[in-house]
Amino acid sequence: MATTLTPVLSAHWDEKDSWTLAAYERHGGYRGLRAALAMDPSAVITEVKDSGLRGRGGAGFPTGMKWSFLPKPDGGPRYLVVNADESEPGTCKDIPLMLANPQALIEGVIITSYAIGCHKAFIYLRGEVVHVYRRLLNAVAEAKAKGYLGDDILGSGFDLDVVVHAGAGAYICGEETALLDSLEGRRGQPRLKPPFPAVAGLYARPTVINNVESIASVPAIVTGGAEWFKSMGTERSTGFGFFSLSGHVTRPGQYEAPLGITLRELLAMAGGIRGGHQLKFWTPGGSSTPLFTEEHLDIPLDFESVGAAGSMLGTRALQIFDETTCVVRAVERWIEFYKHESCGKCTPCREGNYWMVQVLHRLERGQGTQEDLDTLLDICDNLLGRSFCALGDGAASPVTSSIKYFKDEYLRHVTEGGCPFDPAQSALFQGAHAR
Amino acid sequence: MSFSAEAGQRLAADAQQIIARYPVPRSALLPMLHLVQSEEGFVSADGVEFCAEQLDLTAAEVAAVATFYSQYKRHPNGTYTVGVCTNTLCAVMGGDAIFEELSEHLGVGHDQTTEDGAITLERVECNAGCDYAPVVMVNWEFFDNQTPTTAKDLVDELRAGRDVAPSRGAAKVCSFKEVSRVLAGFPDGRANEGVQAGGPTLEGTLLARRNNWTAPAMAAPVPAVPAEQVAAETTAASAGASGSDAPSVPAGTRERAGTVAGKPAGEATHGSQDNGSATTPPPKEG
Repeated sequence: MATTLTPVLSAHWDEKDSWTLAAYERHGGYRGLRAALAMDPSAVITEVKDSGLRGRGGAGFPTGMKWSFLPKPDGGPRYLVVNADESEPGTCKDIPLMLANPQALIEGVIITSYAIGCHKAFIYLRGEVVHVYRRLLNAVAEAKAKGYLGDDILGSGFDLDVVVHAGAGAYICGEETALLDSLEGRRGQPRLKPPFPAVAGLYARPTVINNVESIASVPAIVTGGAEWFKSMGTERSTGFGFFSLSGHVTRPGQYEAPLGITLRELLAMAGGIRGGHQLKFWTPGGSSTPLFTEEHLDIPLDFESVGAAGSMLGTRALQIFDETTCVVRAVERWIEFYKHESCGKCTPCREGNYWMVQVLHRLERGQGTQEDLDTLLDICDNLLGRSFCALGDGAASPVTSSIKYFKDEYLRHVTEGGCPFDPAQSALFQGAHAR
Repeated sequence: MSFSAEAGQRLAADAQQIIARYPVPRSALLPMLHLVQSEEGFVSADGVEFCAEQLDLTAAEVAAVATFYSQYKRHPNGTYTVGVCTNTLCAVMGGDAIFEELSEHLGVGHDQTTEDGAITLERVECNAGCDYAPVVMVNWEFFDNQTPTTAKDLVDELRAGRDVAPSRGAAKVCSFKEVSRVLAGFPDGRANEGVQAGGPTLEGTLLARRNNWTAPAMAAPVPAVPAEQVAAETTAASAGASGSDAPSVPAGTRERAGTVAGKPAGEATHGSQDNGSATTPPPKEG
């Protein structure tokens, strides 16, 4: 096998007390912070820039560059906000990371805050994971008791306070400007950009927003150095990341590997598709990234290669579906999700998803027509690139890609007067009959 | 009916603690809505009014926020919210069947509560536990790899008033009101309960260990950067830059950290000073 796993953040998750500060320090935790505090803040930014780290929340924007967009200090506050609102369907990496190893995130928050000159940082966690919230609050308290947070951190003179904030159930708050509105105590609706958060973010102050995994990777980059980080991954997609396998796979789970690993390699590690079945379709990075099929098994899972093949690396949320799965049913359910989670601010997304659900319902129930496929594609034309934020763009992905690869299956729903699949065959247990 | 004098006073004290966390009071609204939910089991008109008073907002402004988020309940919730993930991945793996059978078993549909007030059944969206599909959440604790049978047994236990332990979470599922108080930012002392991870979370870690796969070794820890060198380079490179708000450290420290000449932390990353960084990365290995 060409590629092997490179556990960094997950290296010690199998230790029973892995979430405690003691366990984290046992394996070199907070070495990165000590190294960073001995550096000039700008040198920390340079190190992260040089590492090539790209945002792990889906968009892949270079993290160090994002930090460097902050305007010159003007005497007022500037903020770091960690996006821990992990909600993209299929994405399940940040939650187990924060459950098993929250200190990596806290150390990353402190180093990043030092680098950008922030003295009040926020971690915005989705509200639907109460035990993760407990672990984060506990991690902040432990770090504070040890002098890693608060005033004059480790005698450096640097002060930092971290607030862990629980959301209340809204996918859209994973969009960074909607998250900021939510953190300000408002409905979570995206803001018009520009101005970008780097210029006018939280409370209209310069703000850096990064994903959990991005920030949690910072301590290792500072400790190991940019060249070490770049020794993993590809030239333009450097480093390691979580690949989250779920669905019809023998051993679903978290696999921390260099970017550029392929699904074929990952499936070999995960025991393949469940016994007696074959791969039908998969998402490379969550439901907002166009579907792939078995012809894409050897695409390197890096930003460039996945993009060139017509999809997006996204959050490396590899949802695997075998031949028992009806693609129309899968897409219908995703679009119901986008309809439910559309914030309602812009018309293409609010109305487009509403109508796509109606069309997909009648197709799945055998009441559709061939023209319905054109209607769906037409609606997608009006969503993609015409929505206020990426939620609308994302909703078009499963629809257009599924029609591209499985048009015949859609048409079978029309010609055969309904769904030709038995959902019980897709379930992971015997005797599922409901629909 | 508004809160009793006792409850009003107690909640107001809590609300002040929440407000104190934030630079701008209105940021306290989401946790405060969790707080009023911890008192009444939902966000009542009184709860809305309370938040409005604490934050000097109108009731309409608070209600607009409360109705946007799916975790805030507009009618009294059961002691336990049982949420079956029916987003695509979990639905296909069996979540649809689990929801249907639970619904039949309990005699309630989505967002309805059993007559005994024990269970509110919900369809929930992806809860970031896809490698444990199908997933059921009880009061926002994880119940992994469910089947219709395990889910029905689970709700039977809850209705019988017995303690139930999640797959990954606290030692037992707390009540909806108790969990709402945690979400308002008041720890309940249970952070160290439960496992660090479940099986799927550990697949990669254990596979790597069995095969002796590791990330490339790091060189010896990065040596502390000679402070004088950084200060000299930085000062030279940013001569003439404006004053800095960051980091606000004592003068001596600033000098050591090389930020003295108004070298702002966040912006000094353009141009030539980026190259020749004073941090020497360790040699590439492996």
